[in-house]
Amino acid sequence: MIALLGKLFSHPLGQFAAKGKTFLLPAEKSTLAPGIDALFYFCYWISIFFFLLILGLLVGFLVKYRRRPGHEAQETIHHSTPLELVWSVIPLILMIAIFVMGFRGFLDLHTPPDNCYEIQANGQKWSWTFTYPNGYSDSELHAPVDVPVKLTLSSQDVIHSLYVPDFRIKRDVVPGRYTIAWFQATESGESPLYCAEYCGTGHSEMNTKVVIHEPGEFEKWLEKASDFIKTMPPEEAGKLVYQKRGCAQCHSIDGSPGIAPTFKGLFGKQEHLQSGTRTVDENYVRESILQPTAEVVVGFDPVMPTFQGRIKDPEIEVLISYLKTLK
Amino acid sequence: MTSPHAAVGTKPVREIGAPPAELNYLNVTHGIRSWLLTLDHKRIGVMYLVSTLSAFLLGGIFALLVRTEHLTAGKTIMGADFYNQSFTLHGAIMVFLFIIPSIPAAFGNFVLPIMLGAKDVAFPRLNLMSYYLWVTGALCAVISIATGGVDTGWTFYAPYSTSTSTSVIPMAMGVFILGFSSIFTGLNFIVTIHKLRPPGMTWFRMPLFLWAIYGTAILQVLATPVLGITVALLMVERAFGVGIFDPALGGDPVLFQHFFWFYSHPAVYIMILPAMGIISELVATFSHKHIFSYKFIAFSSIAIAILSFLVWGHHMFTSGQSALLGMIFSFITMLVAVPSAIKVFNWITTMYKGSVDLKTPMWYALIFIWVFSIGGLTGVFLGAMSIDVHLHDTYFVVAHFHYVMFGGTVMALLGGLHYWWPKMFGRMYNERISRVATTLVFIGFNLTFFTQFIMGSRGMPRRYFYYPEVYTPWHVASTIGSYIMASGFFLTAGYMIHSLFKGKKAPMNPWGGATLEWRCASPPPVENFATPPTVGDPYDFHQVEYDPESGSWRHKAIAT
Repeated sequence: MIALLGKLFSHPLGQFAAKGKTFLLPAEKSTLAPGIDALFYFCYWISIFFFLLILGLLVGFLVKYRRRPGHEAQETIHHSTPLELVWSVIPLILMIAIFVMGFRGFLDLHTPPDNCYEIQANGQKWSWTFTYPNGYSDSELHAPVDVPVKLTLSSQDVIHSLYVPDFRIKRDVVPGRYTIAWFQATESGESPLYCAEYCGTGHSEMNTKVVIHEPGEFEKWLEKASDFIKTMPPEEAGKLVYQKRGCAQCHSIDGSPGIAPTFKGLFGKQEHLQSGTRTVDENYVRESILQPTAEVVVGFDPVMPTFQGRIKDPEIEVLISYLKTLK
Repeated sequence: MTSPHAAVGTKPVREIGAPPAELNYLNVTHGIRSWLLTLDHKRIGVMYLVSTLSAFLLGGIFALLVRTEHLTAGKTIMGADFYNQSFTLHGAIMVFLFIIPSIPAAFGNFVLPIMLGAKDVAFPRLNLMSYYLWVTGALCAVISIATGGVDTGWTFYAPYSTSTSTSVIPMAMGVFILGFSSIFTGLNFIVTIHKLRPPGMTWFRMPLFLWAIYGTAILQVLATPVLGITVALLMVERAFGVGIFDPALGGDPVLFQHFFWFYSHPAVYIMILPAMGIISELVATFSHKHIFSYKFIAFSSIAIAILSFLVWGHHMFTSGQSALLGMIFSFITMLVAVPSAIKVFNWITTMYKGSVDLKTPMWYALIFIWVFSIGGLTGVFLGAMSIDVHLHDTYFVVAHFHYVMFGGTVMALLGGLHYWWPKMFGRMYNERISRVATTLVFIGFNLTFFTQFIMGSRGMPRRYFYYPEVYTPWHVASTIGSYIMASGFFLTAGYMIHSLFKGKKAPMNPWGGATLEWRCASPPPVENFATPPTVGDPYDFHQVEYDPESGSWRHKAIAT
């Protein structure tokens, strides 16, 4: 219990960094975060003031005018227009001020600068895919520090929402249209990235991390990561594809049951499909990736999105090599 | 201001001091048929009360399941799919089966005609039909649960709701039917208030509860049809593949959100306006003092009702709607804060130099002001667009709307329940035990939901089955709070039911209320009043004086 209480006041994102972190808000790691936090605390102190005012009057009147022998209600006026105006106009002015500041902050969040580094972000049940300008795709969002980064968001299936608390950004990822988000990280390091719009069974597992690199490091990372199929043995490259392309969110490799059939011992197995049994071979794997809902294994729902046009043949090839190792 | 006594007739309205009429609405007829086919607004009100509180119990069980699951960051007692169904059913049951109908349909039905000195609502048969529509809607919800449940969240966002394999259509059908129940109730109340006011009751002599119910009824009639159309379209899309919301079929998922919130934001005010009406009654009666600035409170109800139609887009700041649209919604949202502030300050000023009687209903009114202030002030954070981007879809939002909808509406409902209980059933509950329950509810409520503000602003997304372990202590505290609150509710149910059998007989006017229902026996006779009473100012407490002999307050106009 004491350990729990101690943890209560530690910070939820404590494992990451601490700049700008307060009791109520996570660290500020983007250029826009400090401005948003300033407005947050403006509202906060206004709220504290009015709450204490209301509470003070309430408790004061309660004590002073509580019903007791010898105390009678006294006649007072029933209405006072000046008083009504005071407590209408003061909140109104404060509200308009907050509105203006909130709207300006929103426009900043909404308007990426011209010289952005552009990354495509794709949401699907239940993983993220970030595609960099050289065509390489990864399940993590990597970006350089101090460079504005524009994310063009699209969804493969239902509505998702990309949320990075440390950057104070959140943007719905809506199927059938593109939405935009941007940030400029102010320090290197890692931050969590969540899906904030409910999207089904794996919603709470649809999170990954943002990795911000020091100047010059990002390009090195991208080059190295992009070449993994050429430089690594196929089985190991396949394992990376398994992790980066979101397979791991639903398909286990240890035989444990999940949202989708496990990969353990899958290759070469007789699989029970709704249309009959079939041996899992290279073509079966390829079709399952490109047309996942064409044939569904008995006992599972057709929830996997298609990878048609999103995955390249070399990736499928190394993935098959990896599957063969999972006996 | 006109003299408060001007319209009070000299003729006695009822014999005061006489024992409660032997025949009342409860004992005039017997048997289950006499209840199921009744046209008496009081019996229908009681049936609604029992039904909506049963829905509250069911929705509460799902809430406790969700809270229990969150005792650990991983799997505690259920799997992800059952968790998703639990929060969906919790939300859908609480919103559509409990909060929306609770105060208007239960207390509105029971109290409104009596406050008007009328024999019944304008359309008693329509009233009974609304009730059976509620029952049908509830059955649809049960069918949905029995045939696999729903996992869409109570918001049914497309295209998830059009593609999930769970049983969405029965639940959507239930919501559709419940919508009609709500529309008919609203229509009935509008006509009743327009046509059945007694001699002397001008618009500005109506008790404020009636103003609140009137504002609510307008919202019910004008906003609910849009929800009906929206869920109907959802059913058509699911059943026949007509592309309205799903982009795979050529639809637009953001359109669904516009349709949904066009109803569901006014619905928030359908939930809170009647609650505010109850608080106006409680604060005046238990301060034994004229309500401060009657007209401002009355007009603020109407202002809230009108503004509430124009703020739906503040649920969609991150959805991709245009920034200009968002700006307009944010601005109007900020304006709603003003009439809400007016109400709070007027209630507090009413207590000034009053004689504040701290009976259970008044405790609930004070708790309401506490929680509603927090709920309202945190709404300012969410109305400011740049902050909302960070807080949207986190536990901060969950905490905010529970402070407003649960803290606001349910605290007022409990206040109203304790206030009108003696009138409804002719029995007094145990005041000492009720204080214990009130304390448990207050502590439990704040522990449950205040911790969620902190989690939310730190970045904890809502509807998360697994959550990052750093949030565990806050989740545990929140869950403990929910258990404390639940014990308060069970205790309340216990002493209320006990009072029905063993409670002291309630006098006509145990609290010193000046509105008409306190000039009618407890429990009221079938016809409420033998002749239409004449009325004056509903908040003129000079009209009532305490009679120690009967333990009741007497109306001077009748006593002389």
